[in-house]
Amino acid sequence: MSHTSAVSSQPASGRPDQPILTVSGLEIRIRTGQGSFAVVSDMALSVAPGETVCIVGESGCGKSMTALSLLRLLPEAASVTGGKIEIDGVDLLALDQRTVEDYRGEKIAMIFQEPLTALNPVLTIGEQIAEAVRQHRKLGRRAAFDRAVEALRLVQMPDPQRRARQYPHELSGGMRQRAMIALALVCEPRILVADEPTTALDVTIQAQILGLISDLQKRLGTALVMITHDLGVVAEIADRVVVMYAGRRIEEASANDLFDNPMHPYTLGLLGAIPRSHAGAKVGSRLVDITGTVPPLWDLPKGCAFAPRCPKAVSRCHQERPEFEEKQPGHFAACWEVTHANG
Amino acid sequence: MIAYIIRRLLLLIPLAIGMVVVTFALLLIIPGDPASVLLGQEATPEAIATLRANLGLDDPWYIRLWDYFAALAHGDMGQSIFQSQPVSTIIAGRLAATIELAVVSLVLATILGLVLGVISAIWQGSIIDTATMLLAQLGVSMPVYWLGLLLMLLFAVNLGWLPAIGRGEPLLDALAAALSGRPEVLIKSLSHIALPAFALAVNSAAIISRLVRTSMLEILREDFIRTAYAKGLRRPRVIVRHALRNALLPVLSVIGLRFGALLGGAVLTETIFAWPGLGQLTISAISQRDLPLIQGIVLTFAIIFALVNLIVDLLYAAVDPRIRLG
Repeated sequence: MSHTSAVSSQPASGRPDQPILTVSGLEIRIRTGQGSFAVVSDMALSVAPGETVCIVGESGCGKSMTALSLLRLLPEAASVTGGKIEIDGVDLLALDQRTVEDYRGEKIAMIFQEPLTALNPVLTIGEQIAEAVRQHRKLGRRAAFDRAVEALRLVQMPDPQRRARQYPHELSGGMRQRAMIALALVCEPRILVADEPTTALDVTIQAQILGLISDLQKRLGTALVMITHDLGVVAEIADRVVVMYAGRRIEEASANDLFDNPMHPYTLGLLGAIPRSHAGAKVGSRLVDITGTVPPLWDLPKGCAFAPRCPKAVSRCHQERPEFEEKQPGHFAACWEVTHANG
Repeated sequence: MIAYIIRRLLLLIPLAIGMVVVTFALLLIIPGDPASVLLGQEATPEAIATLRANLGLDDPWYIRLWDYFAALAHGDMGQSIFQSQPVSTIIAGRLAATIELAVVSLVLATILGLVLGVISAIWQGSIIDTATMLLAQLGVSMPVYWLGLLLMLLFAVNLGWLPAIGRGEPLLDALAAALSGRPEVLIKSLSHIALPAFALAVNSAAIISRLVRTSMLEILREDFIRTAYAKGLRRPRVIVRHALRNALLPVLSVIGLRFGALLGGAVLTETIFAWPGLGQLTISAISQRDLPLIQGIVLTFAIIFALVNLIVDLLYAAVDPRIRLG
């Protein structure tokens, strides 16, 4: 990789505490009539309280599956077939169903992409938030509703008393996502998983919502796992970034490192495809795209999954899959063409 | 809301006019003559002609139709040819029994349909699901008169558990009697209504259960169900409060339509079980060509059906906050 930079730094905001969420060797498979195939392989993740880790990749790269598995909410056809998901040292995969349900909302909560469909159309916003409160706290109907209104105030919902009594369709997209965030945070979970929380929103609202999530996360000391395909979002809030391709990690670094010194050709491609100038991007440079499409997960090439689209691929790339390894301190990549010393 | 109800009630007027015209036309087309039925097979053609003239059957159809409307506008549905009583009096005496049967059937069908539909949706693809849907298929395909006879044969004739025919005290009266210390009255009423109500309910229960199943399966895939689980809710709560409540919306409108089918089915069921309601009356009125009575019954059925659908629409708005009536 020639695109090296002397400013490669140590992870800017490293890990102040022990990680609260640790994922290792995670494998998720989908069963079909013709057998099963892996949608996520050898995934690992480690998030400390107050830290923000972004998982980046194209649709179908396994990032949403990874997110859902963190709450054991995978769709029926998918299941975790290997690895560990540890929350505060407890293996989530070994817990019984009831305990998992107790964890959801209380220790780990999730924000979904499309707030309109993610909220129940026939219950008021307040009822839906209060329901989560009553599930985890011994509170009466009134008190739970008051907590819901409090949570709405926390997410800066205008006129929270009135909004709590309204239905999702009566709110704007941005307000619905605020309600969704209030719902996720009302029991003050230690970990928040956000699956593309701004994708369905108007651009102007996106920044507000992103700012809100980031602000609340810092205030509450929540560990945040943010799933996104938008490197703009990553630049905005990420401490660390994991880039996924075809179900595997291909690069992981602190956000600064990743933008200053992207190693994997795929990451480079992603950065080149942003129509904005980022730190590290050359001003006035042309937009580049990544040719070809993501290979189907049930029919991955033998070597590196990105090799067929990679401008730098050599014959070895088509034969052997590169290991995901530390190329520089704190900076990991899976690519034969990235050397350890890195220039 | 009030304006909406008033508008819907006003719509009953064109509906009634249309119903009367259609029924009238049908009765003109079908062969048969009340005068000859009334006088029997031995009657002379002269006698029949005289009676026809007396009954006004010789008038041109538009005169007869006009006369009927003119009377109807004053709330008069005419005289029954055979029972020499006002049609309205005869219908009023029978209406309660039919409504009782239809409502009990509807409640039964709804409960059965909901329970079976939810069960088979939750355990989709399981043996329970297959068995339930097989039952539903059977229930949809089985004609009510045949099912009625089978039930009668089994429970009344062979087992002797339930009376085969007739009606006890009206249910509301029987309920009052039971509350004042005479439960045997209620038991008798219930035992009488059990077979006809069940026979009548099976078809609707089958249709409702299929619909609930489909609707539930669709809703269970919705994002907000995942959100409900993500909050930490237990499965039964997610299914009842989040899934079922949404799945009920399409079912509700069908339940309203089923009420019409129940009224239609009541015609056969009442005849089989000798239930003294409008259905039984319909059959005799048709076989006697008692034209004013048939007109009156059809009109009554149509108005009940329209009113039930109005109620369903109001319920719909109550259950789904996204719907604004107006």
